[in-house]
Amino acid sequence: MQTADTADNPFQPEPARIVRHYNLIKDHRFFQVRFVDMARAMSFTYNPGQFIMLSVPGVGEAPFSISSTPSRPGILELGIRKVGRLTDALFQKKDNDIVYIRGPYGNGFKIDQMRGKDIIIVAGGLGVIPLRSILYYVLDNRDQFGRLFFLYGARNPDEILFKDEFFQLKEREDIECLYTVDRVGDHKDWSEHEGVVTTLFQYLPEMDPKRTNAVVCGPPVMYKFVIQELLKLEVPKNQIQMTLERRMKCGVGKCGHCVLDHLYTCIDGPVFTYWDTLHFRELI
Amino acid sequence: MTPVHTTPDTQDPVFTVRILKMKSEFLKGFLESLEKFGKLYGPVVRNGVLKYDEVHDVDEVVLTGDWHTLLPLKKLVHPTRFDMFRFDNDGFTTDYPVVEKRVVVGVHPCEIHGLLRLDDVFLQDPVDPYYERARANTAIIGFSCLPDEACLCKSTGTDIVEEGFDLFFVDLEDYYLVWVGSSLGHDMVLENEEYFDEDVLHEDIERYIQWRAKRDSMFVTSFEFKNMPDLMELSYNSDIWDYFAEKCISCGQCTMVCPTCNCYNVVDILDVNSETTGRRERVWDSCMFVDYSLVAGGHNFRGSRADRLKLWYTHKLRAFGGEYGKPSCVGCGRCVRTCPVDINVLTVSRALLQQEVPS
Repeated sequence: MQTADTADNPFQPEPARIVRHYNLIKDHRFFQVRFVDMARAMSFTYNPGQFIMLSVPGVGEAPFSISSTPSRPGILELGIRKVGRLTDALFQKKDNDIVYIRGPYGNGFKIDQMRGKDIIIVAGGLGVIPLRSILYYVLDNRDQFGRLFFLYGARNPDEILFKDEFFQLKEREDIECLYTVDRVGDHKDWSEHEGVVTTLFQYLPEMDPKRTNAVVCGPPVMYKFVIQELLKLEVPKNQIQMTLERRMKCGVGKCGHCVLDHLYTCIDGPVFTYWDTLHFRELI
Repeated sequence: MTPVHTTPDTQDPVFTVRILKMKSEFLKGFLESLEKFGKLYGPVVRNGVLKYDEVHDVDEVVLTGDWHTLLPLKKLVHPTRFDMFRFDNDGFTTDYPVVEKRVVVGVHPCEIHGLLRLDDVFLQDPVDPYYERARANTAIIGFSCLPDEACLCKSTGTDIVEEGFDLFFVDLEDYYLVWVGSSLGHDMVLENEEYFDEDVLHEDIERYIQWRAKRDSMFVTSFEFKNMPDLMELSYNSDIWDYFAEKCISCGQCTMVCPTCNCYNVVDILDVNSETTGRRERVWDSCMFVDYSLVAGGHNFRGSRADRLKLWYTHKLRAFGGEYGKPSCVGCGRCVRTCPVDINVLTVSRALLQQEVPS
């Protein structure tokens, strides 16, 4: 618990309650969590693209993207895939159980640079989880941005995350949603596109590249192909943003694990531009 | 390895730098008097290994010659393992290790530079409170040394210290020149004023200059430290890395003995017979270990030994530059003495410079 003596410990995890959770798809779960301390819950501010360190005592601590938008304060939303010991333990938790959180960490998306521009959000698979934050941020501050294009690809219709939510978004006039799956298979009800996420670029209208900002997140293999498409559109290299994953043990530039060249993903990232990747090796 | 001039303690702007003399015969009495400033630590032989440890008898401290402890001083401020938190059903409670006041004697210039590099990481915002506490309770009494065949501090420019010590002793055989580097060091002198002589004479300066010339002439090994950032950059895709990767056994000893390696892991450990209570530990980690960049789900961002070696040498010879102004190698020579398969700043920098692997 927080005392005067430990108030300055940046590694101090704070208790947060799971207020709601549900399964997105197999082994992928959505969590809404809220700091137990009411004042903390309401004062916790962050930028889209930032992350938190989440602890289950006795199991460990790991970084997770924030999937909610700061324009809807009070509750943090996380989308988590069960892939290891910590997430196994997290999936044992029920509503009203306590987990521990510290943060927010990282730089977040360059929102100032995005204002007034057309926005292309490109998500592959699990990469949609951090991008959901900027997606709703733009929608909640709709008049600050130009046109909004949301391109999302998954392996098959069963692996689309936030399916209901994202399909409802198609009803809105102020966002163009383009969804695709690698293979439709025998899902007769799939009426969206088929093929990898880059196939969606052909459906984009004429863009003014200088007035376009793209944000990208997906599996490591995806970046190269998506960036090629964005470069074909002539989007400036420093207006292509990516959010990266790395192993992290501290979140504040001390433990070393997320180092890239002389950068730390946790403090200099996790959002980097394509321009950055040309100057610092190993980013993608 | 010798302070050419000292910078005043920034926390004490009115303090003026002094250089004093102390006869060698007073050293024992002086060291014994330091008790009131904290527990005395220094290089002592334990189980046949020279290491920084608590000193029980000042006669056992090894202060002369070309000695080198196996592990650097970092272990006293960034311990190999310690508890960060206790946890139970009420959450995490900070568990600051008890750090008694310590006075470490016999600290070489490379070690002092190593600590300053660690300060760059741990004391940069947000300050690491565990490190800060350990550091604040550790007084540093530096001692001059003479190089052995692995010492590279002349090449890395870390043979001289200008800051980072409370007192610094230069051994001129029958007496010491003593640089006072902080107000705490000043207090240590005040406590023992009878041992110190303020009159540094012309002949003392000559003795000191001769000593420096003698020491400088003793370096038998050097490397092109200044050229390394460029060479690292140009050689990123060189076959040289594959050669070293073939030999590397990923044992991590280079990182353990390096004064500027600060990477750590964090693990939760349950108490025996408990499912809810335990401790969160910080333990040294190594970027040479295969799981260093492994993320949940199995993707390894640095699965190859060549990538991991490149990362380490980038940090030591190039990349620390971007963050903190200089590469982090302090030339202590420990990787030269320790690596069982002869991969070290010397062999790597030579291979990079000659663009061929060692024969």
